[in-house]
Amino acid sequence: MLKHVFATLISGSLVIAASAQAQDAITGAGATFPYPVYSQWADAYQDESGIGLNYQAIGSGGGIQQIVAKTVTFGASDAPMTKEELDKNGLMQWPMVMGGVVAAFHIDGFDGESLNLDGDTLADIYLGNITNWNDDAIAELNPDVELPDAQITPVYRAEGSGTNFLFTNYLSKVSEDFASTVGEGKSVAWPAGVGAKANAGVASQIGSTNGAIGYVEYAYAAQNELSLVHLENSDGNVVEPSMESFMAAAGNAEWQDAPGMYLVLTDQPGADSWPITGASFILMHKEVQDAEAANQALKFFDWAYSNGNEMAQELDYVPMPDNVADMVRDSWSDIQGPNGDAVWNQ
Amino acid sequence: MATTNSAGTGSGLGHLSEAMHKRLRRKAQIDVWFERVLFGFALAVLLLLGAIIASLMVSSWPALQRYGVDFFTENRWAANVEVFGALPAIYGTLLTSIIAIVIAVPISFGIAIFLTERCPGFLRQPLSTLIELLAGIPSIIYGMWGMEVLAPLLRTWFPDVFPAGTGLTTAGIILAVMIIPFITAVSRDVINTVPSVMRESAYGLGCTTWEVARQVILPSVKGGLVGGVVLGLGRALGETMAVTFVIGNNLFLNPTLTGQGTSIAALIANQFSESDGTQRSALLALGLILFLITFAVLAFARYLLRNSTGRHA
Repeated sequence: MLKHVFATLISGSLVIAASAQAQDAITGAGATFPYPVYSQWADAYQDESGIGLNYQAIGSGGGIQQIVAKTVTFGASDAPMTKEELDKNGLMQWPMVMGGVVAAFHIDGFDGESLNLDGDTLADIYLGNITNWNDDAIAELNPDVELPDAQITPVYRAEGSGTNFLFTNYLSKVSEDFASTVGEGKSVAWPAGVGAKANAGVASQIGSTNGAIGYVEYAYAAQNELSLVHLENSDGNVVEPSMESFMAAAGNAEWQDAPGMYLVLTDQPGADSWPITGASFILMHKEVQDAEAANQALKFFDWAYSNGNEMAQELDYVPMPDNVADMVRDSWSDIQGPNGDAVWNQ
Repeated sequence: MATTNSAGTGSGLGHLSEAMHKRLRRKAQIDVWFERVLFGFALAVLLLLGAIIASLMVSSWPALQRYGVDFFTENRWAANVEVFGALPAIYGTLLTSIIAIVIAVPISFGIAIFLTERCPGFLRQPLSTLIELLAGIPSIIYGMWGMEVLAPLLRTWFPDVFPAGTGLTTAGIILAVMIIPFITAVSRDVINTVPSVMRESAYGLGCTTWEVARQVILPSVKGGLVGGVVLGLGRALGETMAVTFVIGNNLFLNPTLTGQGTSIAALIANQFSESDGTQRSALLALGLILFLITFAVLAFARYLLRNSTGRHA
């Protein structure tokens, strides 16, 4: 008798749990860079709609793997996939949110506000060619600053990451030397410096090492109150990293003309553009098996485009402009369910 | 073997009742099965080992085939351009383990001799317990301690040698702290096996404590001590979490003692989850190399143990 009751209870709760998972949670996996804003959006969306988001921030590479293997409804990556890669796997991608990667430094006894650097100098620092803060190349860019005699310790991300991709993509664009010896990628071999884990690890390593310089997503630098490098952009202006300069770079993006929406926003033209800006992408299959799950995911993204801008800005991300959001919504008509009907119809 | 023996004795007695025979036979039967089960367990371990080696070989084959000798001579591990050289990781693994052994062995032997020879009775138990507790600390805690305490200390004390505080030597020091309890515990146990009569005769001849330790105790348990060191070395070679925190994770070969580097385990931990294709295969090949290094170390230790003349090995 008792056994019966237990069995019924257990099977009953299993059914409830299973159906709750099937109906009330969107599954996704990928980049860590946009994770704070995705989880913020998910909380607000769940309050409104009752549908939650189960997002595993396992890194961009892992996100691509999982969506290719179809274990999640959507994948997320900071490094866009090329049109060929997308077609090969039957995927489509679109930008969800943008942000800036900034260079931060820490020198004991340095009383200036910030330092100016250009791409070449930054690349030389990371190649190990410039090893002291009083190097002539840095002094030339900072004529009014007294530079201390301190060894430079470049700090980089040790694991594969989208932040790595944006930073190395930028350095490869501005320095041929860097492009040929290190190259761009989510995971590269750095000739000089020390590795740290995740954005938070890099920020704390910079803060505690005399003479350190490193690159982190803007929000982490702001939280840790690090001194930020002002970078010379492709127009030759020295710009300060800020929401405005990220938006200036993002405003340049010609999403309409980018095949497969492959667009990396580093080294953009424009007087005020911050040179290391990037978008974080969502990946989905064009032919989905579970039309209902895909539809729910798209509803969430639709909601986030319409209602999530303020939350994104609070967390120092740059929301996608409305015209881009509309363009993305239009592109969703390419997603088909098993019966060939479009999954998205609004 | 045991079964035929017991059955033989049973029938040899002759006058046992039928029921008694049955019971004996049944017990013999149980023994047969017991042996088979034991043999099965032992075989399972062998099979598991074989399966792991085989799967590592199969999955690392594409990378080994593609890179050949370059895999062992290339000086960097750059996934973005598909250049995979195992040298930086092998160098880091061996160097950190050697640093750890060089630091840990004298300290551990010293503690073990103190505990067995000179320690006042009331201190012996608490001290032993504390050292064993050290062995129970999870490695991630050592990693955090290394990053939060040891690295900043090294940075403050020797800013020219350790500008960032992390690096190969920092990892070696952390590993030393981690393996001291293992080597100490084994050394203490083997030193305890030295008969007191040997010690007492040595002291009776007028030997000092140093002479007793150096010339009587250590030589007579040489084999056991080597065993303890190898146990520690095995742990140091494969340690992942603590090392990843403090080794610096530089994927270029940096043939210095204090510079930034990486180890096989740390490199795999950092990259495996995001890897696919050739990179994954190359990481698995690294795993195979680590396996072989650990294997070689164990085999070498066996060889030393067999050749040692130690009475209590």
